[in-house]
Amino acid sequence: MKILLAGLSEGVHSFSGYRKQGGYDAVEKMLKDMTPDSVIEEVKNAGIRGRGGAGFPTGMKWGFLDKKTNKPRYLICNADEGEPGTFKDRYLMEQIPHRLIEGMIVSSYALGVNTAYIYIRGEFKWIIDALEQAINEAKSAGFLGLNILNSGYNLSLYVHPGAGAYICGEETALIESLEGKRGNPRLKPPFPAVSGLWGCPTVVNNVETIAATPWIVLNGGSAYAALGVGKSTGTKLISACGHVAKPGVYEIEMGLPVEEFIYSQEYCGGIRNGNTLKAVIAGGSSVPILPAELILKTAEGKPRLMTYESLSEGGFQTGTMLGSGGFIVMDHTACIVRHTWTLARFYHHESCGQCSPCREGTGWMEKVLYRLEHGLGTSKDIDLLVDIAKNIEGNTICPLGDAAAWPVASAIRHFRQEFEDHVKNKNIHHLHHHENTLKDSHGH
Amino acid sequence: MPKFSDHLIKKIQEKITCYPEGKQKSALLPVLHMVQEENFLSPEVMDEVATLLSISNIEVYEVASFYSMFHLKPVGKYVLQVCQTGPCCLIGSDTILSILKKKLGIEIGQTTADGLFSLQAVECLAACGKGPVLQVGNRYVEQLTEEKIESLLSELRTAG
Repeated sequence: MKILLAGLSEGVHSFSGYRKQGGYDAVEKMLKDMTPDSVIEEVKNAGIRGRGGAGFPTGMKWGFLDKKTNKPRYLICNADEGEPGTFKDRYLMEQIPHRLIEGMIVSSYALGVNTAYIYIRGEFKWIIDALEQAINEAKSAGFLGLNILNSGYNLSLYVHPGAGAYICGEETALIESLEGKRGNPRLKPPFPAVSGLWGCPTVVNNVETIAATPWIVLNGGSAYAALGVGKSTGTKLISACGHVAKPGVYEIEMGLPVEEFIYSQEYCGGIRNGNTLKAVIAGGSSVPILPAELILKTAEGKPRLMTYESLSEGGFQTGTMLGSGGFIVMDHTACIVRHTWTLARFYHHESCGQCSPCREGTGWMEKVLYRLEHGLGTSKDIDLLVDIAKNIEGNTICPLGDAAAWPVASAIRHFRQEFEDHVKNKNIHHLHHHENTLKDSHGH
Repeated sequence: MPKFSDHLIKKIQEKITCYPEGKQKSALLPVLHMVQEENFLSPEVMDEVATLLSISNIEVYEVASFYSMFHLKPVGKYVLQVCQTGPCCLIGSDTILSILKKKLGIEIGQTTADGLFSLQAVECLAACGKGPVLQVGNRYVEQLTEEKIESLLSELRTAG
């Protein structure tokens, strides 16, 4: 079942191609037959949860929007995709830009918004151009601007580029950035739903979440909720990378067994070169890494499914999270210490510097991991890392601190022996890194 | 003071209209991108941006220094930014960086003597499925190999 990537073809990139496949039918139906509240009701019934990584129910988030003030309300699409391993929003916007534009119209109408922004990472210059072109096409066809389809509803939609800062994917940092400031996250409360962009009630939603709303309007929330398992309803884009035979973006119905996702020809096609699966980071670089046996089956031996609940079964001891759907796969040639070091370096680079535990702790973890990876570590360093991670977690105003701590803590939890081997055998890094050559990665 | 082209000033003024009246500071990031297409962000250039947006100079400096896409120092005509984060590292970004260092004769963070190329290692570009990847100007070059690097460098050298 495809919702987000339905109708994927050459022509669907253009307004006319998208329209031919039923594109913008949801806007027509909604403006003719539905009140904003009834759209919100359908989204609540759909049970869709925020696809950026947090998994918060979208309908509930929309319900928090303060409608009592006289201030304007804003919708911002978070297209600042940058969680390592995640490249799904980019793919959707490249392939079917109008699906996001239509979703922005649907969501804005539901929320009583007349001005909306798509905050997109500045590096995606060609996507910014494609979205601006799509906005112009939709405007010419009467789906954006003043008095849309003679309904009396007005909506202006703008694309706003970021400039290379992962932290701006955090919604309050994103709002600061859209106000022309450094991307320093705000203390909550107040939440953006009460005081967001320019102090006005604001909803920030991920690209994938917004792009699902036209389908929900056309087919009904209950049809969406009928897909998936339990509280993981609908479909999810998963971006698979690393050592799989077929990296790429796949739309799956929630509930697909992880094993099928990795090994089926329909999806990842197994591990490259027939290699052995070693570990997976299932939901973007922030979520705990799991060894092969725990990603395929839970500690109790149940098959692991692609749902919020199944992936988190066992808590952080033996489970992980669905997160953003950035699925990083490692075969037996991968060095967990090196990989963890690159992630620590990433979070150190991306820490905004506001909270001391994160500012100091991310740099400290990077240094210690550098030592371990380069044969300069001691066995005390491993416990030191665990201690630093523990002292960052929960002690910062935004989730970047947790996001930096979890990969380090989980890598040591599940692969401690490999860290110890790096201490005992100083030259170990030479042994496995030469295995990971370009020839390998392009061997399939 | 540096003089911005009339074309650039017109683009900046249009961009300001995307935000409500009095919220022109919001245009800062898009404006810095536009300005950077013509100049690196020297203090004089940033002061001019501040004047155009009716904000104080420090408001521009603090933002320009926060975001990694902005160049506060002169860089080569082509800035080759190679992703070095986990997923790209798993599939050979280390090798790509070594090849580029050797072919350009510079280290990471340096610019070639002819001013044509700067080499930088950057964090995740959201191209993990098609890594190793580098960004140059407004485009990504994905699934890098030694051959692809060779043809990219000769293409850019020819363009000059």
